[in-house]
Amino acid sequence: MSLALEPSVGPATTKQVTRERIAGNVQRYGAAIVLGLLLVVGSFAFPTFPTLSNFTNIATQSSFLLIVAVGMTFVILTGGIDLSVGSVYALGGILAAYGSTWGIAGAVLLPLLVCGVVGILQGLLIAYGGMAPFIVTLAGLLGIRGLVFALTNEGANTPLIKDAAVTALGQGGILGLRWPVVIAVVVVVIGSVLLARGRGSQTVLAVGGSESAAVLMGLPVARVKFSVYVVSGLCAGLAGALNAAYSSSGVPTVGVGLELSAIAAVVIGGTLLTGGRGNLIGTTAGVLLLTVIQNLINQVGSLTSSVQAVVSGIFLAVVVIIQTVLSRTQRL
Amino acid sequence: MSTVTSAVRLPQKGSALVFLQRYGVYLAIALLLLFNLFFTPNFMTIDNFRVQFIQVVPVLIVALGMALVIGTEGIDLSVGAVMALSAAVIPLYIGYGPLPAAILAVLAGCLIGLANGTMIALIGVQPIVATLSLMVAGRGIALLVADEQLKSVIDPGFLALGRGTIAGVPYSVLLALVLVGLVAVLVNRTTFGKQLVSIGGSRRAAELAGLPVKRVLITIYILAAALASIAGIIQTARLSASVPSTVGNLIELSAITAVVIGGTPLSGGQVKVLGTVAGALLLQLIAASLIKHNVPDAYSQITQAVIILLAVYLQRGKAVLK
Repeated sequence: MSLALEPSVGPATTKQVTRERIAGNVQRYGAAIVLGLLLVVGSFAFPTFPTLSNFTNIATQSSFLLIVAVGMTFVILTGGIDLSVGSVYALGGILAAYGSTWGIAGAVLLPLLVCGVVGILQGLLIAYGGMAPFIVTLAGLLGIRGLVFALTNEGANTPLIKDAAVTALGQGGILGLRWPVVIAVVVVVIGSVLLARGRGSQTVLAVGGSESAAVLMGLPVARVKFSVYVVSGLCAGLAGALNAAYSSSGVPTVGVGLELSAIAAVVIGGTLLTGGRGNLIGTTAGVLLLTVIQNLINQVGSLTSSVQAVVSGIFLAVVVIIQTVLSRTQRL
Repeated sequence: MSTVTSAVRLPQKGSALVFLQRYGVYLAIALLLLFNLFFTPNFMTIDNFRVQFIQVVPVLIVALGMALVIGTEGIDLSVGAVMALSAAVIPLYIGYGPLPAAILAVLAGCLIGLANGTMIALIGVQPIVATLSLMVAGRGIALLVADEQLKSVIDPGFLALGRGTIAGVPYSVLLALVLVGLVAVLVNRTTFGKQLVSIGGSRRAAELAGLPVKRVLITIYILAAALASIAGIIQTARLSASVPSTVGNLIELSAITAVVIGGTPLSGGQVKVLGTVAGALLLQLIAASLIKHNVPDAYSQITQAVIILLAVYLQRGKAVLK
């Protein structure tokens, strides 16, 4: 017992090590464990839940948020935040619809180009202008939504996608999986490889861990901070374009509040909001968890969207409380 | 990058930049008024100003609470949900009279503040996620309380809050002025105010100095929620209806913008009450000027975004200085 009084001195006891390891694993895989439990419980409770068509639906609904959340994970790993993704998502959709008159290349490249530029502008202000990410991307949230409405005659126009190849990108698929799902998986894989082996990946984590320490070590902090906002802009634009292809139109009001879902998914997935620790598998589990909860609430049928909001909000609160307590255990 | 503090140059004392940082928001208001004097017919009239003041009241009151929270280096995204909850509670208890209903509405809002404060102060959750979870859950609760319905409120005593005037000044504007005064005294003249800004300056240092950090933080989030509830009540009185689905939507963004434009840094440690009032007024005047010139809403949103960026860009040196 005397050891417990001075935990930082001397070699850690086996008990402490085990406890820290358990805490770390729960934080890392907690979302996946809860997801597994929900799937099992849901399958027993609702006969209409464990069907192939329902799972396909869940996968498709998750794919757009997942792509956005991948970009958000990169941003949050550096200790930043990107509130503009919902508006950029809508911008991507509108541009995909306008670009689809030039076929599939226009529908994909135009949104990526413009949303990439949005990311570049925000990244410049944050990384080289020394401005707070919260406020820059808040301005992005407002300004880009304004741009979306300016492009659509105050939201009165909903540009339709008539090109069959573009709609096939959203609605077609391979092996029973829709293309957005396939693309989301590819994005997660590329992102994971980048995080594990990319040149900048260690810097991303180092910046989130301690920015001044990273600067003192001579790491390219500004360049990495800049890049994560570009990645986030590209991801949000891509997701928006795919969603437009899926729904055959660019809807100006789409993606309101999407930034909150993306942040929630990233945090539920075990990435610390303070940065420095996290991974994309967790983010994937977090996104799936949010979608499955929504799906299960819909299965009950009689519950309304307000109940859904209450459940998601309380769920998020519980998850962050558990995470905060767990990461305190690990700091011992 | 030779220094740790990043490449931002520190402003020299007495330079134009320092002047802009300190008085930029007032200068902007003056310029805007001057512009409207010459280019907008019927802008410089008592009636128009009465309308502008009535419209700015909810944002202003919410921004006062937000300024306190930002002063502690926090943020409160749940204020819109708190407004919705207090609006939802009003029709349930209006039968007991306007004052009991208003008190219960504020108490209901304070519960959300208490939840925010507990998560942030006692458990150590980051303010942005803690208040995000209550922003989502709070509006859901508000809608459930109201049975997801719009309810009209017809109690004449309650509606007077939205329509009554004293010597031409609307009650709601007077109430806002009183609240501004109270918050200004709280920040500048009380121990609590000093504790608030020292927590924002450095929470660790405040803890080591033996300040009651947790208690102050919880109180701040409850205060912010109480102010947001009052804004919700005023909005309900003005609409003569409780509309929990839309009341206070996105008001957290306007409130944060007003606070930041007013010169309170997001990094905490300072609270500019008058600046916050000016920030809210500036936002309102910009919106009004654009509307009177038939500028579409889309462009006024873009303008607002550019103004936020400009204001924060001018102030970024201050955060480094701290």
